[in-house]
Amino acid sequence: MYAYDEIDRTLINERVTEFRDQVKRRLSGELSEDEFKMLRLQNGVYLQLHAYMFRIAIPYGTLSSKQLRRLAHVARRYDRGYGHFTTRQNIQFNWIKLAELPDAMADLAEVGIHAMQTSGNNTRNVTSDQWAGVAPGEIEDPRIWSELLRQYTTLHPEFSFLPRKFKFAITASAHDRAAIKVHDVGLRLHKNEHGETGFEVLVGGGLGRTPFLGKSIKPFVHGHDLLSYVEAILRVYNQYGRRDNIYKARIKILVHELGAEKFAAEVEEEWRQMDKSALTLDDAAIEEIRSRFSYPAYETLPPMPEQLKKAAHDPQFEAWRKNSVFPHKVPGYAIVTLSLKPVGGPPGDATADQMDTVADLADKYSFGEIRVGHEQNLALPHVAKRDLPALWRALDGAGLATPNVNLITDIIACPGLDYCSLANARSIPIAQELTRRFANHDTANLIGRLHVNISGCINACGHHHVGHIGILGVEKNGEEFYQITIGGRADEHAELGNLIGPAVPYADVADVVEDIVEAYLALRARPDELFVDTVKRLGVEPFRERVYATR
Amino acid sequence: MTSPLEQKKIRITGPSVVTANRTWDGVVIWRTASKGWSPELSDAAIVRTSDEARALLAESVADDVGAVGAYIAPVEVRDGGAVAPGNLREHIRSEGLTIGVAMPAQRQDHVRI
Repeated sequence: MYAYDEIDRTLINERVTEFRDQVKRRLSGELSEDEFKMLRLQNGVYLQLHAYMFRIAIPYGTLSSKQLRRLAHVARRYDRGYGHFTTRQNIQFNWIKLAELPDAMADLAEVGIHAMQTSGNNTRNVTSDQWAGVAPGEIEDPRIWSELLRQYTTLHPEFSFLPRKFKFAITASAHDRAAIKVHDVGLRLHKNEHGETGFEVLVGGGLGRTPFLGKSIKPFVHGHDLLSYVEAILRVYNQYGRRDNIYKARIKILVHELGAEKFAAEVEEEWRQMDKSALTLDDAAIEEIRSRFSYPAYETLPPMPEQLKKAAHDPQFEAWRKNSVFPHKVPGYAIVTLSLKPVGGPPGDATADQMDTVADLADKYSFGEIRVGHEQNLALPHVAKRDLPALWRALDGAGLATPNVNLITDIIACPGLDYCSLANARSIPIAQELTRRFANHDTANLIGRLHVNISGCINACGHHHVGHIGILGVEKNGEEFYQITIGGRADEHAELGNLIGPAVPYADVADVVEDIVEAYLALRARPDELFVDTVKRLGVEPFRERVYATR
Repeated sequence: MTSPLEQKKIRITGPSVVTANRTWDGVVIWRTASKGWSPELSDAAIVRTSDEARALLAESVADDVGAVGAYIAPVEVRDGGAVAPGNLREHIRSEGLTIGVAMPAQRQDHVRI
């Protein structure tokens, strides 16, 4: 966990005081909506279909049990008893009252949580691997660098009025769980031949209306130079990024239009001539940040404790363990993913009671720490293997042990037309139906790893472009239709999915997914060939034929 | 959502209302004939011509303290005078989330695998 210092606390508290005054002036009529809108957006407050929505940052997906309990309190006291974890490691409350928002913000500020830069044309929440610091083989904890970036970019005047929003993601593992190739800037931490820490820098990734994968513009930027290099990128973007057309304003369009090579040269030139003295990170500065992260005092534990051997006889426990428990860098410990994808439930939602339960279990079994992943699940990052059976029983009692992590029912979905004022079509009911269709665990297990991502509009908050099966809601003559893509992926081998054919109506979506899955089962070369690999090998055509032969 | 400015150009093709969200709590509201707001669609002032719609929108937008994001939305007026939302978006705003509502036309032989 990272411990905020006095500067952080002052900043957050001052923001609450400022926003309280702004809300007061809005409600009295002193501020018009036009004047207020930008102020509320700078604090993560959107207006959605039914109410205001409050988006809260969870930097690099790390939460303490105390913070999660406070989120539960906000859900209960100010909202309708639940929250929605997003694809950018944030949490959203959907029913919050503007008049009560300052109180909710003040309650959150007491535990070091805020909503700054969770909306608006600025640098957004810095995201990272939800297994940061505990993943086996990780080069080093990427949250140190995430936190440096967070501090550097928060309220930075030069980055507060960018042409468009700007998102960073950082990974330090060979397997990319942070989807860095679909971010404005993706940073892959690695070491050079001298053993020094640095980053491969990818720029111009993003989804939405015009999806692109990020291009590598520099193979190694020394960690000492991270901030100055990032500033050079943002300066080039600020200078050349389009402000005349919102659809062409993201940095991905600039990189595409200039070409990655030319863009890289512009950044390099800016970086060469800029005064870097104030931005160069010395070892002491990095160590200062590192020292504010606390790590558990792990015990020396056996890799296969008796409790685990005994529990292995229970098929339900085993089903959960195989899908939810992952190796940890410390022997005797495990990372446990908590599925927020129950059959028939809205993906990513957690009730206040569930949040409290997870906080209690984190205290009991995970050194008080919780992680949020961009797949809209939670994780307990430091669980002793001996505790897994007891943890499973407790999670099962709270509806948090659905054994479907990485399976077809572990669906990423945006809020869609049920909540969102931008959406054209619903996402959640599609996800709910798919989880019912594939509720049988043996069926889902037979299918194997398969990510279904659903977005209710072209803005792609559900990351449909990089779903193994991607589903995009569109509107045609007032009716909901859905475009289906296959073959996308968000990891280190990221690819954008390909459209299989004409959009299908709402009622047909689950049938189409079943057809695609049936085709895959018939076509896969062997039982362990993943869906996405079968699509890669065979292309879209056999799936297209299967889906549209009778439609 | 279409901005009020753009809606000046819009010609309505059927019965319409003006809807918005209440400023202090965000609740969905409709403009009434008595120049107020109601959280009930059944209380909404129904307009049938583009001129009426523009006038209703103009007076609604003028109430910047009470409501936010006012716009014209279609409705259906059924036999007997009952008013219903004119599209899915407005149905969701009026009736609430569709989550939990069964998908229509589910295939009977599903889970075939």
